[in-house]
Amino acid sequence: MSAFILRRLLIAIPTLIVIATASFFLMRAAPGGPFDAEADLEPEVLENIRAAYDLDKPLLEQFRIYVSNALQGDFGPSLVYKDFSVTELVAIGLPVSIKLGVWAMLVALLLGGLAGIIAALRQNRFIDHAVMAMAMTGIAIPSFVVAPILALFFGLYLRLLPVAGWNDGAWQNMVLPVTALALPQVAIIARLIRGGMLEVLRSNFVRTARAKGLPESQVVIAHVLRSAMIPLVGYLGPALAGIMTGSLVIELIFNLPGVGRYFIQGALNRDYPLVMGVVVIYASLIILLNLLSDLAYAALDPRVRRAYR
Amino acid sequence: MSALIDCEHLEVRFRTEHGDVCAVNDLSFQLQAGECLGIVGESGSGKSQSMLAMLGLLADNGYATGAVRYRGRDILNLPRRELDQLRGDRLAMVFQDALSGLTPTMRIGDQLAESLVRHRGLSRAYAKAKALEMLEIVKIPAPDTRYCAYPFELSGGMRQRVMIAMAMLCQPEVLICDEPTTALDVTVQAQILRLLDGLKRHTGTAIILITHDLGVVAGLCDRVLIMYAGRAVEVGNTADIYASPQHPYTAGLLRSVPTLGGDPDTDLPTIPGQPPDLERLGAGCAFAARCGHTFGPCTEQLPELTRVGPAHIAACHRVNGP
Repeated sequence: MSAFILRRLLIAIPTLIVIATASFFLMRAAPGGPFDAEADLEPEVLENIRAAYDLDKPLLEQFRIYVSNALQGDFGPSLVYKDFSVTELVAIGLPVSIKLGVWAMLVALLLGGLAGIIAALRQNRFIDHAVMAMAMTGIAIPSFVVAPILALFFGLYLRLLPVAGWNDGAWQNMVLPVTALALPQVAIIARLIRGGMLEVLRSNFVRTARAKGLPESQVVIAHVLRSAMIPLVGYLGPALAGIMTGSLVIELIFNLPGVGRYFIQGALNRDYPLVMGVVVIYASLIILLNLLSDLAYAALDPRVRRAYR
Repeated sequence: MSALIDCEHLEVRFRTEHGDVCAVNDLSFQLQAGECLGIVGESGSGKSQSMLAMLGLLADNGYATGAVRYRGRDILNLPRRELDQLRGDRLAMVFQDALSGLTPTMRIGDQLAESLVRHRGLSRAYAKAKALEMLEIVKIPAPDTRYCAYPFELSGGMRQRVMIAMAMLCQPEVLICDEPTTALDVTVQAQILRLLDGLKRHTGTAIILITHDLGVVAGLCDRVLIMYAGRAVEVGNTADIYASPQHPYTAGLLRSVPTLGGDPDTDLPTIPGQPPDLERLGAGCAFAARCGHTFGPCTEQLPELTRVGPAHIAACHRVNGP
């Protein structure tokens, strides 16, 4: 098993190199530059600033400098947030984004899982149709529509929760952004679990378990759930990616000091090192989470466990 | 003496988009304690569905009417709670495909032990000891290591033995075996049948053996029930049925059993045609279209089961007619 994990981590290295290289050159290919917003710079001053950040050198030379610095843990200074290095900005934003993402994922798994299980056990009854109708709505409405509506309703009209802001991660400030982030995932997970359950409930081994005289609750818990969760595991990677990209928008709407805000503003400002830093961090996270989802496969299915050995 | 299982006018129907389909029609039979009854028929003849109905294991769109009495108590359509006390304990079933029939994500041992924990209230440790004992009885080599194995780690024959061990754990009075050997090769098949025979002798468990293999029946069963298109067409002692089959379908089945002395160059006799579509059964005998002996009433009137010997009944117009 540890050999499998090591192998996967080694494969991650070339993946990261490709992602970093592609985003480096793509960003440089976009028109505009990091200092376009500065009012009426003298040409000589602009030249000096560009030289200070090595932007006057040929592209390949810039790339070489970036890679050699990055390998030493230096992801460069932010070109727009003066006096901050990219590492410092990420260190400020990442804990906020991770807290948001982890909570959204937990809520999505718990609510989606429960809704899916209940819907499957009550197939074609009222509660099943209700859950599935809500799931379709959840999938159809994007989170950047849900978020302002939530803020408007619970923040402005009912005045139950703060409209925006982080307030050091107080739970009142977390509720709305976490809900907005989790809702689409709740819907997808509920559908996945329901589908998995329905398929497993029809299988021969469930009939065997019933023939043993086990009560239905024990049949479901001991014999059905594990197998029914397998389709969900394959979705964990994409789900986390969805939550992470979703949080870029959600952080902006709720004005949260996460990485997403830096990423979007960095991209608009052509703050090359900042965007690179965030891309590499996000890419590593997604690779890591995909590895975790593969490990979850192994935990659920003994056949996979043996194949990993 | 009253029968252990008394099945009367059992009817199994499935709701489908084109109306109800009748899979088992007016099936009646009795099973005595310690007896082995073979139920023989082609795929779709209703043999498996009638047994599943007895244990309340029909698919969601299926339902059963009539009566199945176990020791005089009607167990058909019993509430789930009461049914759960009987099945797995007094009435157990061995399914055809042991790979899909065992939970893939659970260790063999846990699947065995849970039955004892449920019905006998044993502790985990004691249940394990009992389960290991049973694995030994069904001749699983190295039961200690197999106990911790997953189903996919066992061979087909071993999986089927595990299935049988699982069903026998609580020493049931009735063991229903649904084609326990069809997925296995011939030598393993013989081992499994010998195992069933031994169990029957030593424990006195009554066995209902569902199969389409008349050779298997001859070796193991005291009585045979032949089914065709959802109905019993002939019931009798194994010896009587083999010596003088009264229904043309039974006779056809017997002719199509390969024999050791047979000429390898001649084709095995077969029954021409296909089993009828259960959704489009006519008024007469369901076998009429494939039967070489049809006459007047065959296509118009359903033949009733008629006594043809001391313990031998058949449903064919020829029994009374020409």
